[in-house]
Parts: sequence; C-alpha cells; structure tokens
Amino acid sequence: MTVIEPHVERDYVPAPEEPIKRRGQAWKNRLFKLAMLFSMFVAFGTLAVLLVDTVVTGWPALSTQLLTGLPSTVPDEAGARPAILATLYLGALVLLFSVPIGVLTAIYLEEYANRERWWNRAIEVNIQNLAAVPAIVYGILGLAFIVRGIGVGRVVLAGGLILTLVVLPTVVVASREAIRSVPDSIRQGAFALGATKWQVVWRQVLPASIPGIATGSILALSRAVGETAPLIMVGAITYVAFNPTLMGPYTALPVQIYNWTKQPDADFQTLAAAGAIVLLVIVLSMNAVAIFLRNRYRKQW
Amino acid sequence: MTQMESPRIDSTRIAEVSHGLERTEVERREKVFSVSGLSVAYHGNVALDGVDLNVHRNTVTAFIGPSGCGKSTFIRCFNRMNDLVPGAKVSGTVLYHGEDLYARDVDAVEIRRRIGMVFQKPNPFPKSIYDNIAFGPRVLGMKGSLDERVENALRQAALWDEVKDRLKDGALGLSGGQQQRLCIARALAVNPDVILMDEPASALDPISTTRIEDLMHELKREYTIVIVTHNMQQAARVADMTAFFSVLVDEDGGRRHGILVEYDSTTKIFTTPSDKRTEDYVTGRFG
Repeated sequence: MTVIEPHVERDYVPAPEEPIKRRGQAWKNRLFKLAMLFSMFVAFGTLAVLLVDTVVTGWPALSTQLLTGLPSTVPDEAGARPAILATLYLGALVLLFSVPIGVLTAIYLEEYANRERWWNRAIEVNIQNLAAVPAIVYGILGLAFIVRGIGVGRVVLAGGLILTLVVLPTVVVASREAIRSVPDSIRQGAFALGATKWQVVWRQVLPASIPGIATGSILALSRAVGETAPLIMVGAITYVAFNPTLMGPYTALPVQIYNWTKQPDADFQTLAAAGAIVLLVIVLSMNAVAIFLRNRYRKQW
Repeated sequence: MTQMESPRIDSTRIAEVSHGLERTEVERREKVFSVSGLSVAYHGNVALDGVDLNVHRNTVTAFIGPSGCGKSTFIRCFNRMNDLVPGAKVSGTVLYHGEDLYARDVDAVEIRRRIGMVFQKPNPFPKSIYDNIAFGPRVLGMKGSLDERVENALRQAALWDEVKDRLKDGALGLSGGQQQRLCIARALAVNPDVILMDEPASALDPISTTRIEDLMHELKREYTIVIVTHNMQQAARVADMTAFFSVLVDEDGGRRHGILVEYDSTTKIFTTPSDKRTEDYVTGRFG
C-alpha cells in the first residue's frame, strides 16, 4: 500500500515575523468615520432644522382657510387656493407634455439612433448639458419665444410649457436609463419570434421600463412644481383672486410664498411658512408615489 | 467552460447512445438550408470564413468547436439575427428551401417567424407564462384560439403539466430549466419550420439538460433543429449530423477566424473523423 503524501501548494507563506497585533491604522479609520458622520450631519441636519422651523412657524396659519381661501391683503383672511390650483394645473400640464416628448426622445436615442453618426452623439451631449442649464435661463427663453414670440401670453399654458422645457432633459435622461436597463436578451427574444422593431419596442421594451420612466418623471415633476424663478420671469403674477384657467392669468404656489415673504406684516411670514408646508406635502407625496412605484414594480432579471 | 471530464471519448458507447441517422438517410431528406461560401465579418474583422454546408429536414444538426470558432455567429446567419449587430456583414449565400435569405427583397421579420431561436441564457419576457407564449402569435396576428396555441406549445415543450395551474404567474418565477423550456415553447407557438438553439443547455443543471435533450428527439419529428453546443457528449447524444468548427490563426498570429473543418454524420465525427483536428478535439486533446 502506498501512502499518498498530501501536497499543498500555497501562493503565500505566512510570515511569523509579522505581528498580528493591530497596527497604526485604527485612528485613520476612526477619523474617516467621523468625517463621514459630520458630512451627513451637515447635509441632513440642515434639512431637518429647515423643516422643523418651517413647520413650527407655519403651523398656526395652517387651516382650511389657507387651502380654500382667496388671497387677501388681510393676513387672517388670506388663502392660497388659486395658487394651489394653478400649481396642480401646471403639474398636470408638465406631465402631459414632458412624458410623451421625453419618452419618445429617449426611445429614439436608445433604440433607433445610430451612435456612429455624429449628430446623434451631439444630441446626447446636448441633452445632458440642457439638464444643467439654470431654470431662469428657460424663463428668459420662455418669455421671449412662448409668451411674446408666439403670443401665448402670461397664462397657465405658457407656464406649463416653460416648466416642461425645464424638466424635459431630466425626463429624457431618466427614461433612457430605464430603457437601457432592459436587457438585450429580451429584445433578441422578441426579434427571434418575428416581431418588428416597433413591436419589440412597444410591447417589450417600453412596458418593462415603465417603472423607471414613471419614477423619473414624477421626480422631475416635483422639481417643476417647486420652481419659482422661470415662473416669475414669464409673469405668474402674484395677486390672483380667482380660480385660474388654462388660458388665464395665474400665480403658482412657490410664487405666492415668495410674495408673502416680501410683505412687511409678520402674519404674512407665518402664512408663507404655512404655504411652504403645503408645497412640501405636495412634493413629498409625489416622491412617495415614485418610491412606491419603484418598489412595487422592481424587476429581477 | 471545460468539457474535459472524459479525455478519451468511448466511441463505442457514443455510437450506442446516439440514435443518429446515417448520412445517406439524412441526405435523402429535403434540404432546408444550403449554405455556400458563407463569411461573416464584424467591422471588417472576419469571424467566420468560407462555410459550405447543408441542413436537412427533420434532422438535428449540431455545431461543435472551441470558443471563438464562430459557431454562434454561424447559427445567427440562419435567421438573420446578425442584422441586429452593428457592423456585421454576411457574404456568401444561405438558401432556405431554395430561396436566398439575404436577397434584397427578403424581409428578416418573415424569416424569423419561420425560423425560431432559443438562446443560451433563458430569456423569458418579464410577463406571465401565458403572455410569454402568446407574444409570438399576437405580434404575428395569428388567427385561431390563443388558449389552444398556448396549451399546444407548452405540451410540445413538456412544460404543460408543471405550469397549467399557474399560467398567469410571472415567468421569471420558474426555474432555469423550466424557463428554457418556456422559451422553446414560445418559439414553437408560432409554428416555425426550423428551431435554432444556441447552446440551449449550457446554463442548466444536468437533469434539465437531459429533459431538453429528450425534447429535441421528440421535436425533430416535426421540426428541423440546428443546435450549437459546447458539450461534445450532448452533440453525440442528440445530433444526426455534426459540424466541427475550429479557429484558424493567420501566419502572423494576429488575426484569427473560424472555419468549418469537417461535417459528417455524428457517428462518423465521433468515431472515425477524417480530419486530424476533429479527432484531436473529440478525443479531448485540444479545445
């Protein structure tokens, strides 16, 4: 009987001279951890302070009067119904315009555009740049081209169009991400069954990317709802004592808040804070919907 | 990916397990594909060069060979899936029942409706089991009862009994082997003429692999099957005809492309190949 010698190959030799005690790395770890905690505190703490301050200041003015009342020069009688309504209209318009345009653009860029052509690459770079353009620039553009150029006027529709421009690049980028995350094997499988390009995109790629598109669009929408600068630029006038209509003058909630903060009367400051709470609730509930959608339809490939 | 479990293939055993047809019998059957002088290049780099080969009706034809020999590239020429790869260029002729697949007026979509494909990794759509099968008939606007079609396809793919009570459940909840049979059923649902399988069992466990292989024996009665496989034993078990592809390295050593070395009945390829390179490969000395 032969005894087989165990033969173990090591690619390292444990060096007995190396101490196994903790070396001088520990304080670096601790320092870094502290730096991270501090950064988080700065980011999160500021937000928390702002939120608490706003809620505490605005709480007394938070009433049905605020939600249903019309603006007034008397703080006790002032409400923000026209502004809230206009903000909701603006949001609806933004969704109506930006989702179809943004999604179709994203489909073109992801599924149809030939990246070897320079103009397609140019469009891609431009869209990314557009997402970084300050909103006030869109306001100026909107004033020149939409309000005056094609003569839409200082109306809700114009505001909706301008906010659409502001968020469109974001919607395109988010939709492209969502479309790109659909694995190629799905497209191949559909093509192999004799589906046309259109059927592959419309019946497989798009349904599979809807959660991502919805999440991105809602986040873009909540940004649009909070925008103030471009709306001031295109004349969302600040005193509107009637319900807005699509083609009528309007003010939006952020503009209304801005206006209240400019009033010397301290009661208006409270009102502004209360308005801010309303705006926060609107935006946060949109974000909640986005998170819900993302978790509900998360796909495992 | 290694198939080196048995470096010396027991050729008598293979001759037994392979129920492959004789070459003369295969060649008596109608030609489904007739390939001549086929070359494929990606962005000018030749991947596969000068392939001549016929595929006959109601047979299983296997393509074997080492990685990079162009066998997957080749199988994608039969349903023009290479059209979807940017920079791919196919030259030479592929006749399908005598018609040139690459003729100018041929619609690739029509071809893929007749020539189904199953991929290496199971790729069910993120939809219900039912909708996966129904997708093909729906996009092709096929008449008749959809429920019947779905049931037939699932029965042919030997999956019906496992899923009949949960057709509305998501297909992604199935096991890997079930997913692959679902993909086969999906391909069958559009009544194809040919089924191409690109390493259909390489991502599956041995039991699922056996089921897929049994399925191929069943399906060849009604369909013509072309399969790419890394697994030589699999080719020996399922194929009537086997084509061995290899990699040809240029003199300067820089460029390499795939070539067809030998194409013959499976029994011949695995017992008495005429080419030294085939022999080296099937006996495990190379590859």
